[in-house]
Amino acid sequence: MIGEGFRLFPVQASTFAEKLDRLYLFLVGMSGFFAGLIIILVITFAVIYRRRADRAPEKTRTSLGLELIWTVIPLILVMFIFLWGADLFLDQSIPPQGAEDVYVVGKQWMWKAQHSNGRREINELHVPVGRAVKITATSQDVIHSFYIPAFRVKQDAVPGQYRTMWFQATKAGEYHLFCAEYCGTDHSKMIGRIIAMQDTAYQNWLGGYTEETPVQAGEKLFVQFDCANCHESGRRQRCPNLGGLYGTTVALAGGGTALFDEAYIRESILDPKAKIAAGYEPVMPTFRGQVTEEQMLALIAYIKSLSPNVAATSTEGARRPQSSAPGKKE
Amino acid sequence: MSTQLAIFTREHYLNVSYGWKSWLFTRDHKRIALLFLMTITFFFFLGGAFATMVRLELMTPQGDLFQAQTYNKLFSMHGIVMIFLFLIPSIPAVLGNFLVPIMIGARDLAFPRLNLLSWYLLVIGGVFTLWAIVAGGVDTGWTFYTPYSSLFSNTNVVLAVIGIFISGFSSILTGLNFIVTIHQMRAPGMTWFRLPLFIWSHYATAIIQVLGTPVVAITLLLVAVERVWRVGIFDPALGGDPILFQHLFWFYSHPAVYIMILPGMGVVSELITTHSHKQIFGYTFVAFSSLAIAIIGFAVWGHHMFVAGQSQYASLMFSILSFLVAIPSAIKVFNWTATLYKGSISYSAPMLYALGFIGLFTIGGLTGLFLATTAVDLHVTDTYFVVAHFHYIMVGGMVMAYLGGIHHWWPKISGKMYPEGWARLAALIVFIGFNLTFFPQFVLGYLGMPRRYYAYADEFQVLNVMSTAGASILAVGYVLPMVYLIWSLRYGESASANPWGATGLEWQIPSPPPTENFEETPIVEEPAYNYESYSRASV
Amino acid sequence: MSLIVEHQFDDYEQQQQATTLGMWGFLATEVLFFGGMFVGYTVYRMLYHAPFGEASRHLDIVLGAVNTGVLLCSSLTMALGVHEAQEGNRRMVMLFLAITAALGMIFLGIKFFEYYQKFEEHLIPGPHFMWNGADARHASLFFIFYFVMTGMHALHMVIGIGLMAILVFLTWRGKFSSVYYAPIELGGLYWHFVDIVWVFLFPLLYLVERSR
Repeated sequence: MIGEGFRLFPVQASTFAEKLDRLYLFLVGMSGFFAGLIIILVITFAVIYRRRADRAPEKTRTSLGLELIWTVIPLILVMFIFLWGADLFLDQSIPPQGAEDVYVVGKQWMWKAQHSNGRREINELHVPVGRAVKITATSQDVIHSFYIPAFRVKQDAVPGQYRTMWFQATKAGEYHLFCAEYCGTDHSKMIGRIIAMQDTAYQNWLGGYTEETPVQAGEKLFVQFDCANCHESGRRQRCPNLGGLYGTTVALAGGGTALFDEAYIRESILDPKAKIAAGYEPVMPTFRGQVTEEQMLALIAYIKSLSPNVAATSTEGARRPQSSAPGKKE
Repeated sequence: MSTQLAIFTREHYLNVSYGWKSWLFTRDHKRIALLFLMTITFFFFLGGAFATMVRLELMTPQGDLFQAQTYNKLFSMHGIVMIFLFLIPSIPAVLGNFLVPIMIGARDLAFPRLNLLSWYLLVIGGVFTLWAIVAGGVDTGWTFYTPYSSLFSNTNVVLAVIGIFISGFSSILTGLNFIVTIHQMRAPGMTWFRLPLFIWSHYATAIIQVLGTPVVAITLLLVAVERVWRVGIFDPALGGDPILFQHLFWFYSHPAVYIMILPGMGVVSELITTHSHKQIFGYTFVAFSSLAIAIIGFAVWGHHMFVAGQSQYASLMFSILSFLVAIPSAIKVFNWTATLYKGSISYSAPMLYALGFIGLFTIGGLTGLFLATTAVDLHVTDTYFVVAHFHYIMVGGMVMAYLGGIHHWWPKISGKMYPEGWARLAALIVFIGFNLTFFPQFVLGYLGMPRRYYAYADEFQVLNVMSTAGASILAVGYVLPMVYLIWSLRYGESASANPWGATGLEWQIPSPPPTENFEETPIVEEPAYNYESYSRASV
Repeated sequence: MSLIVEHQFDDYEQQQQATTLGMWGFLATEVLFFGGMFVGYTVYRMLYHAPFGEASRHLDIVLGAVNTGVLLCSSLTMALGVHEAQEGNRRMVMLFLAITAALGMIFLGIKFFEYYQKFEEHLIPGPHFMWNGADARHASLFFIFYFVMTGMHALHMVIGIGLMAILVFLTWRGKFSSVYYAPIELGGLYWHFVDIVWVFLFPLLYLVERSR
């Protein structure tokens, strides 16, 4: 915890931390055992069998049995460790459903985070205790890495890509946030605080923000950049309807499929001709250079929120933002 | 035996000719080995100077000794110089060059002129790197991750990359030379399974040098192209993929660490057997484990990228292979330990270094298992845990093996004995200083202190101060051999042909050897390390 | 015309085996060297195969095919040169090696003409790159790999031509005989390797997505 002073072992503040530390301590114990064994044997032999004029060395007898023993036993041990580690790792790479979404953008040399309701933080992140939080991270410039030692999790923030990680805090408190991928001059200063709060306190804190949500901001951008012109109104035959697509697999022109996730949305906005949806022409213009990373996240949030029946009004020319018209079809 | 008189009148490779031309244009593998020795010693101390400055800054949590940018250059240059200009050449270019022909009963390597070219390439590569340093340094880290290195850094990336590119070819040529020599030029009767294990490990190392180095060469070349012409090969904003760089870079740089450690393991096999006067336990297993490490080592590079954004399944594949590559190393450690059993163990400085190697390499190797475990790596990658792990292997392992080898073969190379008392003291100081420097870093890493930080959270200070204190002791341990080895050249006791009572062809010829190594090509009839039928000759 | 056996070798046969193994080892390093570029190209081609295909169609397939033919012929003349060396026919060796070098120079000439064409078409990546189709950045990426890979190959060709020149000179000076012609053989190995690299480069760079 921040401000706590000298420790020999990091604080455990997440569900993963508890599980990982068990594996870690097993590794420490096992390593201690083998290192100790070797060191004791070496020292013992070096002392007992030190060179003496009255004793000649013995002939070395090879022993296939011994070789097999000390090959097979380590092999079994490492496979065991691998499986244990793989189990934890797979657990930790797949965020649970319903996790609280947080979007993080790293840039030289600060962390910008945004909660699902739009509340923004810089170099700080408030998180609830007892609920899973999913971080989707990217970078605006070079590779950074979002690292919370107390939670034992780390994920590189790569420019041009979205990477996710998740954690569930178990203890309220303030914990270190470090950038863990060297990123230039002030890499060591790209640090911050993770503030874990009891859920109700967290909800209060979150609710304290009443301005624009990412979905609302995204909706505005959707209109501002003219996306609605193609993707919502009667011109749907030129561009696909985006409602309800998030998380599904879409068929691509020229064969193949793609998962409609954050990365796909981002690519479609910046490189629309890279993956055309099946049955459509490559007519979408690119918005590279016009959309910032944060605007991108807002647009993604908006598109994620679109439901399948969103085909808005059929009113010519009038572009109404989606939202409250379920069941209204063209 | 009037060795004193023999040195003055007998011709050998050192006194056969004098003058700078006879050294700079030599084709004698032994002289070339010494040229390499001087070059890499210079770079070792240069890299050490950078390390000293790094550790001084890290005594306090604030960044108060250097500016951030300067510190970033210091750790980058420490890594670049130590890895490419010291560790990669070290044992192969010095001890390998000197001993490979002699150990197999040959007069020289297969390609003596290529060998000399190899030294010149290292020097030229070193000059470019020095130029990069003097022109203001480079701050990308030795890993040159894009897009920072290709677009954002304002430092001398291209110069540094050229230096590494050229010195890489030095490594390739050394490897090529060793492979051909070991295949083609063994003396009659020197079958593969009678070869000293030093040769096996250099052979395995050479395979990696030849196959791996070209990949990093072309990768760094692409980074230079990207930087100079502002085109996007690895930059996402211009269409490239920064993760592709990481794959290409680590495809070499992981096997590179085996280039750095395998020769050390070969040295240790020689030291353990000689200084316990006992045949190695499990010769075949140790020999094949060198090859296994080289081959499997090419398949594990992704363990540097568990959090970089590769698929989970790739990560698991790399993880399992990384565990597998640890097994042959474990086999070696067990075999060395078993060799000591009922041996006749001398406490000479080379043996102390070898015993220290076994302990420290074991610890370093075991911590590699932590890193191979994907889940643990999520927490400790990019922290001081990794720094501690690789320093245990490289410094606690490789450098100790190197120093042990230098001492062990010093009589053969120079014709003089080093002062044993001072040497043992230095070995002890190195051992103590090393552990004090690097063990706290494991703790720091698990606590969460990231790498490449010049300012850190207050609670990390105690361990950092311990580490710096250890570094100051370690430095003493490294300076001492410089002093007494040079001293011994003039004042040391003359050495006989076989001061250790060792087996091996190099001990059958005079110290120092004549230029042609052997008066007559030896005929080998005995297995390696045949100590039973060998009468013990003491110093 | 004596057989020179260097002092480190026991006999001529050992020297020959060693130098041949050395050349093969060196070629192995070259495979890995080009291999890095091939891997990069393949990855990007898989990720962006539409723009890469589009860009590939801008390469002059006729010139590329002619160049392929030129190189294959040069490998033939090289092999013939080695054969003549085995027979000890000094003049024929010189002739074939010279033709090989000449074919290599034709290859380079055509290559540089292609480069010039690309320059005129504003297809050299960098500030003057102009692309009418979609996805200019990824098309530019194709051309970066095109220039780096063919450029590196061309560099190796230049070295090969230099080698041929040296071999022709040494043959003229009478250095070789039907007993000793190892350098010619080794030069042949190198030349064939450079040719094989092109045989992979050509389809990979020129022939993708041509069916459209």
